[in-house]
Amino acid sequence: MYSFEPNEEQQMLIDAVSRFAANDLRPVAHDAEEEGKLPPKIISKGWEMGVLQASIPEAYGGFGERSAVTSVLAAEEMAFGDLAGTLAVMTPSLFVTPILLAGTEAQKQQYIPPVIEADWQPYTAALIEYAFDFDALDLKTTAVADGGDYVLNGEKAFVPYAKDAEAMIVYASLDGQTQGFIVPKTVAGLTVQEEPEKLMSLKALPAYRVTLEGVRVPQSSRLGGEAGHDIQPILAASWATLAAMAVGVARAAFEYSRDYAKEREAFGVKIAQKQAIAFFLAEMATEIEAIRTLTWEAAWKLDTGAEDGYQSAYLAYMGATDMAMMVTDRAVQILGGYGYIREYPVEMWMRNGRGFATFTGLAIA
Amino acid sequence: MTIEFETPKPIAQQQFVLKTVAENMMRSVSREMDENEHAVPYGYVEFMHAAMRATGAGSLAPKEEKPSPSPLPQGEGAGGEGKKRPPIGYQMLAHMLEMLSWGDVGMYLVTPGGGLGAAAVQAAASPEQKQKFLARFGGEKPTFAAMCMTEPGAGSDTSAIKTTAILDEKTNEWVINGEKIFVTAGHKSMVPDEQFGKGFIVVWASIDPSAGRAGMRGFVIEQGTPGVAVTKLEHKLGIRASDTAAISLVDVRVPFDHVLGSPTVEKQTEKGFKKAMATFDATRPLVAATGIGVARAALEFVKEKLAENGVQIRYGLPRNKLTSIERDVIDMEIMLRSGWLMVVKAVWMADNAKPNALESSMSKVKAGDVTTKITQKAVELMGPLGYSREFLLEKWFRDAKITDIYEGTGQINRLVVARQILGYGGSELR
Repeated sequence: MYSFEPNEEQQMLIDAVSRFAANDLRPVAHDAEEEGKLPPKIISKGWEMGVLQASIPEAYGGFGERSAVTSVLAAEEMAFGDLAGTLAVMTPSLFVTPILLAGTEAQKQQYIPPVIEADWQPYTAALIEYAFDFDALDLKTTAVADGGDYVLNGEKAFVPYAKDAEAMIVYASLDGQTQGFIVPKTVAGLTVQEEPEKLMSLKALPAYRVTLEGVRVPQSSRLGGEAGHDIQPILAASWATLAAMAVGVARAAFEYSRDYAKEREAFGVKIAQKQAIAFFLAEMATEIEAIRTLTWEAAWKLDTGAEDGYQSAYLAYMGATDMAMMVTDRAVQILGGYGYIREYPVEMWMRNGRGFATFTGLAIA
Repeated sequence: MTIEFETPKPIAQQQFVLKTVAENMMRSVSREMDENEHAVPYGYVEFMHAAMRATGAGSLAPKEEKPSPSPLPQGEGAGGEGKKRPPIGYQMLAHMLEMLSWGDVGMYLVTPGGGLGAAAVQAAASPEQKQKFLARFGGEKPTFAAMCMTEPGAGSDTSAIKTTAILDEKTNEWVINGEKIFVTAGHKSMVPDEQFGKGFIVVWASIDPSAGRAGMRGFVIEQGTPGVAVTKLEHKLGIRASDTAAISLVDVRVPFDHVLGSPTVEKQTEKGFKKAMATFDATRPLVAATGIGVARAALEFVKEKLAENGVQIRYGLPRNKLTSIERDVIDMEIMLRSGWLMVVKAVWMADNAKPNALESSMSKVKAGDVTTKITQKAVELMGPLGYSREFLLEKWFRDAKITDIYEGTGQINRLVVARQILGYGGSELR
């Protein structure tokens, strides 16, 4: 059967996240971006909604079961409030979800409950590298087997909360394959840059450059144990999540510019009454709907284990990066001069929008 | 309810059969039909008629009573007594149209069963009228009907329609005068052919020109009615298997009960016309589906040729590592799949009686874009293979363009979408 209606449980989650997005995230988004800091209370409150906890089985301290469909529904809704805030709230998922997807039983039991059963804590993951041709499937950071250990060397970028993180997953190339390694904060050779990255947006999300020099971790730290793991499900989950967040950001920009266009007058009419603006909005709404549906299908394929789930998630993500740029750019255009002023939120959404093409690995829900 | 994307079993079974039809009865004569404009694909017409008759469907138009209009065996799990399954009539139809158009969209338009003419009767007629006008489609011979809306001076702006229908109270007949153009299957509906049953047209005319749209009504005009003449067959860029007729109406007299809807003007409302427009909510995603079928044919051709030449698409790479061809193919896949899913959502809403005017028009906006862009890019990518008439790709490029024009141009559908999302009516957003 086809069906495009969230189930009751999902709808309740959407409603709760939607209230959080509107009442908590959106009101602080502007100042958080300007000051480069989110109120910790907001992060705790977001964490307490239990979006991640609900996707973790009881055996590992959660109270539900992972569903990519549910995850993308929540991700879209939260990102509608604010992207930086959403990424902050969801940062521990960068650590937990890959372990859930690809870890051994022992790794799940050891690493997931301490994160899930506690208040929000900075656990994170390092995938992105500082190179124009960064490619998650062809990393420059290396892992080499040495005795019973693996030795990691390289540099990682945009690692959220790396400075305070208790532990992180570091992705490295092991014989040409991207593999994850669970790295504790205290390990020798791991250096986190003092100052956070200076990015075009997400100023409220502290993200760091991380250097690994001869970092030695035991074989048991390799995600999936001795046999390792397939990187595809992790990348697919990240792409589906980012696609959903791109839809959320685009929706925020669309709705804001639509409402503005219905208020603003020019030449004696509301500018929304001009076809130039009305058609812009119609196309924005259409593209948002197109990518949302594509993202839902990709997530559904991931949940049902469809053969082309990976490919579908990739396509949804690729489509989402273009859509988010197009929609947020037009939102700025509709507001005209005001769109360019930081007092209005659309220019931030435009900066967010361009980022999705670069964010692989920065969100996994 | 939950979010699901599993093709329902009866639809999957139908598609399996239709693919064979598309390959063996459509693709096989596609080129011939394109080169010989206005030739009639009798083989396909006979086959579809026989198939629809065998299942008692008669027509492709979904009926309220029978949610699954498939002319083909539905297999297990289609209806099933006891268990109530959600209706899937429109979903089934959208899939069917997509597959037939993947075969040949021009030939699909020559599917007997009444097309838009029957759809208008289905939407606006009384039960007696339905009985009178629609029974023929289940008869011995394949039969056609057509919708006459467009006029030389009235395209998207249907309020400019000049055709009139005046009641002659002495004879209780409507007297219709006007000129209609771009009538799909107008020739097959109105010009006798021994192989076909007697068809009709539904002509949109004003019963009171001072009343604007409120005066607009559909009138059924039977084949053979004096005063009706097919004056021209258009020569087109594509969909050449489908006849596009000009029809002149000079003092055409039809019985009183051939009017669809109320015979008097309700000055206050535009109800009658709105009803006609409501048919478009249902048919827009279906037209979108036909475009998607053409686009899929083109994209499959491209991927096949690339694979034959050892060009693989490396899914998963960042954009700046992809070749230009890979980027194009990936973009085409995104467009095709998202466009198709918008169609599926719109018809799923129709099946579940959810208001879908917005989704319906969005799916048409998207399909118009997707279909033209994919086929145009495909010809570019395939170079001489794309431009040569040896392959069908150049034909699909020509066929595709109509998707963005008929059943509401891309611009009209943008207007409809804009009004919906802005909460505007025609007076606020012209």
